[in-house]
Amino acid sequence: MGEVVVPAFGSFVHDRASSGRLIVQPRLGFSSPARMRAALQRVKAADATTVGTLTLDSYTRVNDDDSAQRALAGGLDLNGFPLVVHGAQITRSVLAGITDEQFPVQVRHGSAQPQRIVRTLLEAGIDATEGGPVSYCLPYSAVRLSRAVEAWSECCSMLAVGPDDARTGHLESFAGCMLGQLCPPSLLVALGILEGLFAREHGVSSMSLSFAQQTNPTQDLEGLLALRALAAEHLPDVDLHFVVYTFMGVFPRTVTGARALTRECVDLAVRGGAQRMIVKTVAESARIPTVQENVDALEYAATCARSAQFDQERSSPEDSEVYDEARTLVEAVLGLAPTVRGAILEAFRRGFLDVPYCLHADNAGRTRSFLEPDGRIRWLDTGGLPLARPARRESSVSSREFLEMLAFCQRLYDPTEDGILAGHA
Amino acid sequence: MAITRTLPGAGEIDVVLSGVSSDSHTWNLSFLQLLLEEQGLTVLNLGPCVGADEVQLAAEEVRPQLVVLSSVNGHGALDAPAYAKALAGSPATSGVPLVIGGKLDVLGSSDPSDYASLIELGFDQVFVGAHAIDDFHRYLDRRFALSEAS
Repeated sequence: MGEVVVPAFGSFVHDRASSGRLIVQPRLGFSSPARMRAALQRVKAADATTVGTLTLDSYTRVNDDDSAQRALAGGLDLNGFPLVVHGAQITRSVLAGITDEQFPVQVRHGSAQPQRIVRTLLEAGIDATEGGPVSYCLPYSAVRLSRAVEAWSECCSMLAVGPDDARTGHLESFAGCMLGQLCPPSLLVALGILEGLFAREHGVSSMSLSFAQQTNPTQDLEGLLALRALAAEHLPDVDLHFVVYTFMGVFPRTVTGARALTRECVDLAVRGGAQRMIVKTVAESARIPTVQENVDALEYAATCARSAQFDQERSSPEDSEVYDEARTLVEAVLGLAPTVRGAILEAFRRGFLDVPYCLHADNAGRTRSFLEPDGRIRWLDTGGLPLARPARRESSVSSREFLEMLAFCQRLYDPTEDGILAGHA
Repeated sequence: MAITRTLPGAGEIDVVLSGVSSDSHTWNLSFLQLLLEEQGLTVLNLGPCVGADEVQLAAEEVRPQLVVLSSVNGHGALDAPAYAKALAGSPATSGVPLVIGGKLDVLGSSDPSDYASLIELGFDQVFVGAHAIDDFHRYLDRRFALSEAS
């Protein structure tokens, strides 16, 4: 009577990649264990190579158990699965008979202080999660970076031990996304490498680094290749794979637009040699998607992957501007302190790392970016970053230009008249 | 633009801008800071996820001409009363005009007259719907006599 052995997340991904199959993955979270289980079953059954996801709700992310409990008691739907309040046993029962050697799951959350989340997922027999001290702190939290760094140190140590004797924990860095828009790729790449190094410093030996699709496919490919090249230099001794996120900013409103952006993202994953891709659905601009919309998105992405017109890019990334800048940033930051943890804190304190338009108290807020007409993201002001100052035409972005930049993908991908507005069922 | 937790002295800041406690969105706050600064106003941007007491303390410290709240997650109308109460509860801040805008309920009501209760609670004006930004420009014009500024 053997227990089902779920493979380690990293091993599963490499196995699928070696047979040429891009893994596509949804974001997926419901309060009720039964609904969560049913959703995972449908993702598993989709005509695509998938892994499952438990996306956690907003209350769980901020450790607000009371509000999560109250919502559950009142029969209200949360915007995700309340892992900590349900606990390890209920979570195991959600996964029993679903997770197996064909289908592992990952917990995605967004918490700056996720110790209880990580403890619970490990107790539930899950080995994979997402985040990082910077990427799950600066974008959405008011928690100070020093507290997030402490919390994530603890979490990485727990992940290093893993859920059982057979597996060590896996961490995916969310640094390829940050605010989801308007961040020059070199900074996203540098943050990903630094979060990977942080995780390794705290014992994690299986990880993935991310890159979010932006507004220019050529620049995106440069970014992904630069990420892989720098990872080979700085993280040669860990189990590593790469994840691409479908555009995380203001999303097209039409089915046509959503699909066009998805197809571009699959091309990026294939050309850039990523093993896994997080999809978005046609409903994204309007509301949280239904399971069917998620299954449709997964199957559409799989169709694109099967018919991808490109092979993996063989060109050298070392002569791209993105690679040069990212490398300069990583090396300058690492030089600030003997530990990666210390270097990250010092870098933000000095403004060596400074995410444009990020309002967090520990982000210096002196950098600015803008979009070229072709969507390329450029520095308008490098602030205190250890990079050459750009030769810039003006020093500021107007409020109107700012809104236009945010809506770039809608303008480019939504057809003006005949696109069916999506998500308004 | 940045959140400064070390607050400037009284008189240096025209506008205190803030998100509300349950809302982690920041694009609306970044946009509004740019808009206010284009009008020549100095802004203290407290960022997202800020409670009523923190907004009141900041307003007491810097003595702005205006407090602007922005929320786009649909819970703003529920959160807003606490801010009016906090500002009204201290003599140092009870006279500061307070406004709010964005997407303030989950139905996406776009008619400012739907928010009469907020006006009764002490908000000077509510900015929602398609003309919210134009209305906000006109409000700033009147509040800061911007057209007369040379």
